[in-house]
Amino acid sequence: MSDTLTFHFDVDGENFTSAGQASVQVKKNLRQLGFDPETIRRVSIAMYEGEINMVIHAGGGTADVTVDDGCIEIVLSDTGPGIANIEQAMQEGFSTAPDNIRTLGFGAGMGLPNMKRYTDYMHIDSVVGEGTTITMKVNY
Amino acid sequence: MKVSEIASTEGFGIVSLPDGEREICGVYIGDLLSWVMGRAKADDAWITIMSNINIVAVASLADVACIILAEGVQIDKTITETAQAKGINILTCTMPAYEAAKTFFGKL
Repeated sequence: MSDTLTFHFDVDGENFTSAGQASVQVKKNLRQLGFDPETIRRVSIAMYEGEINMVIHAGGGTADVTVDDGCIEIVLSDTGPGIANIEQAMQEGFSTAPDNIRTLGFGAGMGLPNMKRYTDYMHIDSVVGEGTTITMKVNY
Repeated sequence: MKVSEIASTEGFGIVSLPDGEREICGVYIGDLLSWVMGRAKADDAWITIMSNINIVAVASLADVACIILAEGVQIDKTITETAQAKGINILTCTMPAYEAAKTFFGKL
């Protein structure tokens, strides 16, 4: 693939039932581009977890996906409360999600660990009170 | 084992079956969605009692072969329609998850 493709999404922070629409769209796009199922699975799960986090914690945000030669980059940005302790947030099982989110099956403290698990590179840039930007890359 | 085969097995019912030819290669049981996305494998049958709309997106993204709603859990008609439109197989059974999983023993 020689051309760079970019996709931009605004993630609605108000509607929890439609959360994940951007990830589902990216999955469709990657399938149309002929990517192998496992690469699609890794990208779309990592992005979905990030989308859900933005809906739960930050009132939404933006998602930008770049398909480049050999690499798919996902950048998720929000202007939410930020992450006070990134090391703690990365631990499996640590969660600050409210109880109503847990009843939906989320808030298990597996979101960020899953994003790391399914990507080849992940960087969290967060300032408390200003927001969070997460950059992930999946090589293919 | 195909999803359509398990769908026609006694004790199981069909909620949506847009892709009955899909092959089941394993089983994952769980209700916490991030655990499912982190641990379930593509082509697994995912057995759960979680019944909100997000299970359709999770099943799609995790690329599981089907969702099996255990313990007689019911879902809204809108979720069924979404699953049908997105090509997600959903089956139902009154059995607990363990009993449902035993159905697959020796058949995968």
